Amino acid sequence: MNTKLIPIIGMEIHIEPNTKSKMFCACPQDHFGKAPNTQVCPICLGLPGALPFANYEGIAKTVKLGLALGSKISEFSKFYRKNYFYPDLPKGFQTSQLDSPFCVGGSLNGFAINHIHLEEDAGKLVHETIDGKKCSLVDFNRSGCALIELVTEPVFHDIPSVISFVKELQLVARYIDISGADMEKGSMRLEANISLSEEEKVKSGELPNYKVELKNINSFKFLEKAVSAEIKRQTEAIERGEVLVQETRGYDEVKQSTFSQRSKADAHDYRYFPEADLPPIELTKSQIANIKSQIPELPESKRKRFEEEYKLSKDFADILVSEKARSDYFEEAVKLGQGSSPSAKTVADLMINKKLDEQFPEPAGLVKKIVELTKVEYASTEEVENAVKSVLIENEKAVADYKGGNGNVIGFLIGMTQKKLQGKGSSQIVREKLLEGIQK
Amino acid sequence: MKNKLPLTIKETQDGLIKKEFSAVELVDSYLGQIKRYNEEYNIFLTICEDEAYKKAKELDKSGAYATPLAGVVTSYKDIFLTKGVRTTAGSKVLESYIPPYSATSVSRIENAGAIPIGKLNCDAWAHGSSGENSDFGSTKNPWNKEYVPGGSSSGSGAALAANMSLITTGTDTCGSIRLPANYCFSVAIKPTYGAVSRYGVIAMASSLDTVGPIGRTVEDVETVFNVIKGEDGFDGTVTNEERKVKSEKLKIGIPKEFFTGGIDPEVEKTITLAIEVLKNEGVEFKEVTLPSTKYAIDVYYVIQPAEVSSNLGRFDGIRYGNGRDAFGDEAKRRIMLGTYVLSAGYYDAYYLKAMKVRSKIISEVDKVFDEVDALIAPVAPTPPFKLGDKVSDPLTMYLTDVYAATANLCGIPSLALPSGFSKLGLPLGFQLMGPRFSENNLFELGKTCHRAMSYEPKVAF
Repeated sequence: MNTKLIPIIGMEIHIEPNTKSKMFCACPQDHFGKAPNTQVCPICLGLPGALPFANYEGIAKTVKLGLALGSKISEFSKFYRKNYFYPDLPKGFQTSQLDSPFCVGGSLNGFAINHIHLEEDAGKLVHETIDGKKCSLVDFNRSGCALIELVTEPVFHDIPSVISFVKELQLVARYIDISGADMEKGSMRLEANISLSEEEKVKSGELPNYKVELKNINSFKFLEKAVSAEIKRQTEAIERGEVLVQETRGYDEVKQSTFSQRSKADAHDYRYFPEADLPPIELTKSQIANIKSQIPELPESKRKRFEEEYKLSKDFADILVSEKARSDYFEEAVKLGQGSSPSAKTVADLMINKKLDEQFPEPAGLVKKIVELTKVEYASTEEVENAVKSVLIENEKAVADYKGGNGNVIGFLIGMTQKKLQGKGSSQIVREKLLEGIQK
Repeated sequence: MKNKLPLTIKETQDGLIKKEFSAVELVDSYLGQIKRYNEEYNIFLTICEDEAYKKAKELDKSGAYATPLAGVVTSYKDIFLTKGVRTTAGSKVLESYIPPYSATSVSRIENAGAIPIGKLNCDAWAHGSSGENSDFGSTKNPWNKEYVPGGSSSGSGAALAANMSLITTGTDTCGSIRLPANYCFSVAIKPTYGAVSRYGVIAMASSLDTVGPIGRTVEDVETVFNVIKGEDGFDGTVTNEERKVKSEKLKIGIPKEFFTGGIDPEVEKTITLAIEVLKNEGVEFKEVTLPSTKYAIDVYYVIQPAEVSSNLGRFDGIRYGNGRDAFGDEAKRRIMLGTYVLSAGYYDAYYLKAMKVRSKIISEVDKVFDEVDALIAPVAPTPPFKLGDKVSDPLTMYLTDVYAATANLCGIPSLALPSGFSKLGLPLGFQLMGPRFSENNLFELGKTCHRAMSYEPKVAF
C-alpha cells in the first residue's frame, strides 16, 4: 500500500465533579476509599418508588467546564434514560443526556469539542473469593454519583496531541475547581475512539466507516501504550488487506496489545427516551453569568502572562502553572519581595531547581530565606531613587551618550549607583529607576 | 361499637369528640368488617392490626382530634411503600418485599392523624382495569360479587363499598383511581400531574402516574388531597401551584367525542341527569369538540408500555427475592411492547409519533379550557362488568379506559363522582375534568352537584 495511513482519534473523557452530594440524592459524592455500601439511600439504590431530584451543583460544575472551554451553554436541557442491564446499575437505566446536553461545542489546545453532558455513575462490581467460592459483590457507594462526560470531535492524528489535551483538561478541571480529575482515584477516566484512514481522505474530511473504542484506560502511560498498540494493530490489519470492524477493545498490559471485548453485533440498543421524573432544566442568563464569574484565570493565559509579565522561560512558566497552588505561591512571593528581593526569575528558579517552596509553606517564609541566602540587605526604593537622582546629575555625559544610542553606558550608570548604595541596591530596581530617570 | 360505622370524616371526628365511640372501638369495627368479608371479596393483602390499635390507643389517650385526619381509618393501595410493612404492588415478584421507607403521601396521611389499617389488593404493577391481573387473585365488587370492582386500584374502591376503611389511596395512570371509585360508588380525585408527590409509590408510567385519595364524599376527598399535595423535596415534578376557585358563573363543556358509539345507555342517562341538575344550579353547558382525543387510548398504549419497560427493569432478579419468572402475563406483555416501541428503527414510528399526538391532544384540551371551566364525561363506557368477561381479551380490556386516557396524557385533574345505580343495582357515575391545578374548582362543582342531587354516601354492607 502506497498511500499513507493516518490515525483519527476522538476522546470520551469522564470527570467526577467534586460536588457535595450525588447527582440525584443527598448521599455524599466522595466515595473514594469508603467502606462498601455505607453511602447509599433508596434513591441511589434504585429502590421501588424512589425518584431522582436534580442537584444544581452538579449542573453548575458541568456548565462551568463548558464555559471554561468556550462551549455554548444550553438554556434548555433535559435528562434521558439510557436503558441497559448490568448488576451494578440498580434501576436498569442510567440517567444521562442525549439531544440537549448542557454544553455544546468548544475547544481546548485548538482541538474541537463536540459536547459536554452530565450523567450518573454506576456502582462497582467487586470480584472476591469467599469460603473458596468465587463471587461478585456490588458496592453502590458510587451509584448515582454525578459524572461529567466530555466528547471531542475526531480531531487527533497523533498520540502526543491526545496526551497534552487530556493533561490540559485535567489542569483546567483543577483550576476551575470542579474536580480533582485524579486518574488513580478514578475521578478522571478515558476512552479513545480510534480508526485509520488515508491521508487524502482525512484532508477532505471523510471519516472511515468504523471506529474502535478503547475502554478502561486508567493512566496517561496506559493511554499512550494502548493507543499506540491499537494503531499498530490496525495498520498491520489494513496492510494485510483485512477489513476493520466497529468494536470495543481493551488493553492487555502484559501482552502489550488490545483485545476485543464487544463487537457491533452485540452492541446495546439503549432505548433512550426522556426521563419524565426530572423536569427539563432551564438555566437563566443570570445563573450562567454567575457561574462564569467564578472561573479564575485559566492555565493557558496564565502561562502567557508569566512569560510576559515575569520574563520567565516557557519551561518555567509551564512548571509553575501546572499546579495552581504553586503558581499562586509564586505570584505571592514575587509580590511580597517587590523592591527588596531578587527578580521574579530568581524566585522561580529557587522554587523549581531548589524546591524551596516545599520547605516554606508560606510565600513570606521563602522571601525571607531568599534575602538571607543572598545576604544582601537591600536598599529601599527611596534610597535607590535618591542615589539614581545624584548619579544622573553627576554623569551628564554618560546620560547624553545613552540617549545618543550607546546602550552600553547603562552598565556604567548601574555601577555608579551601586557604589553610592554600597552594593545594596536590587539590580532590577536600580535598572528600572535609572531608565525612568533618563526618560524624564 | 353500638352504632353503625360513620361514613365520613366529619361523622367520625364528631363521634370521637363527643365520646360516642373511641378510636379503638372504630378499629374493632373496621377489623370486624375485614375479618368477616375479606376472604370472600379479597380486598386486603395485608392487615395491620397491631399498627392500627397502637395508633388508635395513642389517639384515645391524647385526644388530639384537631389534625385533619384524626381518627380516620385508612388503607393504602399495595403500591404505596409503607416502612416495615410488606408492599407487593400486587405482584409475586415483590411477594416478600418489606420497604425501608414510606411514601410521602403515606407519611403525610399518618402525620395528619390517620390510623393505617392495611394494604389493598390491586392489579399487579397497576396494570389493569378490573383487578383481575392481581397475582393474589381478583377482588370482587361488594355491590355484586360476580362483578369487577374496577382497577387497577381494585381494593381501594372495594374497601369503601365494603366499609373496611373510611379513606383509601390509589394511583391513576389511565383511570385506575376513577374507575374503581366509579364502579364502587365512591368519590375520587385524580390530581393534576405534579400536584401530589409520587415519591415512594411504585412507578408504572412516570409521565402519567398520579396519586390520589378515594372517599365517600367530595369533602373527604378534598381534605385528604389537601393533606398530601405539595412539594416534598423528593419528587422534582411537584409544584405548589394552585388555581383560585372561580366565583362567577361556571361553564362546563360536553366533548362530543366522549358521547359517540359504544357508550352504555344507562351511563349516558346518568350523565344527562347530572347535567340537568347542574343546569338548575345555574351552571351553563356547551358542546365542545376535542377531535384528537379519539387517539388518546392508542397514544397511551405506546407511551405507557415504553415507560413500564424501563421502570420494571430494576426487578432483574438480583434484589427483592423473586426472579423475573414471577412476572405475570400482562407485565410481560407491556415490557415487550414497550421495549419494541423504544427500539432503534421503531422509536420514530411509535414512541416519537405518540409523543407528537400527545402534544396535539394537550393543545386541543388547553384551547377548550379557554372556553369552559370543566369538561363532563363518562368514566368508562359501561357500568361494572362481570369477572372473567374481558380478562382473556386484553384489547377489549384496554378500551375500558378509553375516556380516562385524556386526563392522564394532559396531566389535568379529574373528579369522579357517583350519581346513581343501574337497573341491576350497580354503581353509576361520571367525571369532571378541569385545567391543570383547578382541583378546588372541581371540588366546588362536585359539592354543588351532590347537594342538588341529595347525594348520600352508601356502603354495600
